[in-house]
Amino acid sequence: MQAGLRYGAPFAVGVALLAAWQAAVTALDVPVYLVPSPLTVLATLHRDWALLSRSLAFTLVVTLAALALAVLIGVATAFLFVQSRIVEASFFPYAVLLQVTPIVAIAPLIIIWVKDTRIALVLCAGIVALFPIVSNTTLGLRSVDPGLLELFRLYGAGRWQTLVRLRVPSALPYFFAGLRVSAGLALIGAVVAEFVAGTGGSVSGLAYQILLSGLQLNIPRLFAALFLIAATGIVLSLATALAARIALRRWHASEQEPQ
Amino acid sequence: MTAIALAAAEKVFANGVRALDPLTLRIDEGAFATVVGPSGCGKSTLLRLAAGLTAPSSGTVRLWPDASAGAARRLAFVFQSATLMAWADVEKNVRLPLDLEDAAMRDPAADARVRRALALVGLEDFRHAYPAELSGGMQMRVSIARALVTEPALLLMDEPFGALDEITRTRLDRELAELWARERLTVLFVTHSIFEAVFLSTRVIVMSPRPGRVVGDLAVDEPHPRTEAFRVSTRFAAYCERVSTLLASAMEDAGVTQ
Repeated sequence: MQAGLRYGAPFAVGVALLAAWQAAVTALDVPVYLVPSPLTVLATLHRDWALLSRSLAFTLVVTLAALALAVLIGVATAFLFVQSRIVEASFFPYAVLLQVTPIVAIAPLIIIWVKDTRIALVLCAGIVALFPIVSNTTLGLRSVDPGLLELFRLYGAGRWQTLVRLRVPSALPYFFAGLRVSAGLALIGAVVAEFVAGTGGSVSGLAYQILLSGLQLNIPRLFAALFLIAATGIVLSLATALAARIALRRWHASEQEPQ
Repeated sequence: MTAIALAAAEKVFANGVRALDPLTLRIDEGAFATVVGPSGCGKSTLLRLAAGLTAPSSGTVRLWPDASAGAARRLAFVFQSATLMAWADVEKNVRLPLDLEDAAMRDPAADARVRRALALVGLEDFRHAYPAELSGGMQMRVSIARALVTEPALLLMDEPFGALDEITRTRLDRELAELWARERLTVLFVTHSIFEAVFLSTRVIVMSPRPGRVVGDLAVDEPHPRTEAFRVSTRFAAYCERVSTLLASAMEDAGVTQ
């Protein structure tokens, strides 16, 4: 697909939807405390930028820290898992357990246990983002061409050489697929945890702005915050896609243009 | 001197499948020996035994049994598929055996050896290409360059050109025959193509269906390098005929109808 079409088409859809929204709100005379028009939201974004940008920075830091934590722990866990089937069999069910337990259910506990709210939020979001990294990287480290494995054995490669030169590169496409899912989950985890942490006072992320704006019926600001969360999600998704593209461009089928 | 010596070597897999009946076989140094046989006759097992990738259930497999100790000779293996690292360019793929052998002390001659191996298969201009950017035949040549980079004395090849089209296969066969003559290698080659076996080899070993036994062993006394003229000669046809007859009778004995 041509680059122009790939980026132009979704952009055109977005503009059309916003225009339809603007037209509908104007034509039906919808009150601003129910559904503000896109232009009103834009004006609010501009007016409240000092407040909203601080919240955006807070949520972004929590999200990125959580993603970094998930990558660090997730990759380390995957390395442990591939060292022995017994280790994987023993611990994998608990990784699943962590995955299926709703974060809203354990967030209150974590927030009570951890004194610093910011660290508590990072932990919550990190737990949400962990599983795709663990499961994908483990699968990737195991998905090695058996022929190459024999070749390495034939040339007397050690465990370490096999890991670094063979298993890690083989795992990269899987890892990046997991990273993309995890980036979205980290943001969701950060927002959900902020909702649970609630009106602690010291917390001022985007979710807190939504909560507060809702209580104050400041619907344009609520929409503005919502817009910023969505925009953050899109940027994160694009950034991980770009990272995958840079790493896999030359060799992996997933990043190659059909001829 | 003998390069490979199998003495009553036998292979029975853990699941009870008998891949190879006790086999005694000697391959001379400098030979181009080809093993021909139907699918699943244990030819690959024979090759893997020689490479040390698998151990015999009983009997022994020895390389250069008469050589004095310490005179270690390298062996290289070429698989059925190119088996390249997709994430590394041609040069890094070819260099791999050198990198794995002495990671600690960088061989100063490594660059020169990689260049030479690439030149041997005619891929100097593609050293920065990635496997995905190459045709099947070129990928196979990278695989052969990787095998040659350690300057092995023994080359074990498991149906290396089986997945290629006829035209590419014919060309690579010719190149391999030249390479063997020039580099004074010992080659043990596995194929199910009678024509390929006769064209390449100094010796053709015919195996029966599983469990594998040697049912024929004939010398191909023709000068090297062999040309396209040999391929269309009556002598070539006569060799093929003999191998074919040996195979057919082995199949009949095993109760396999063709």
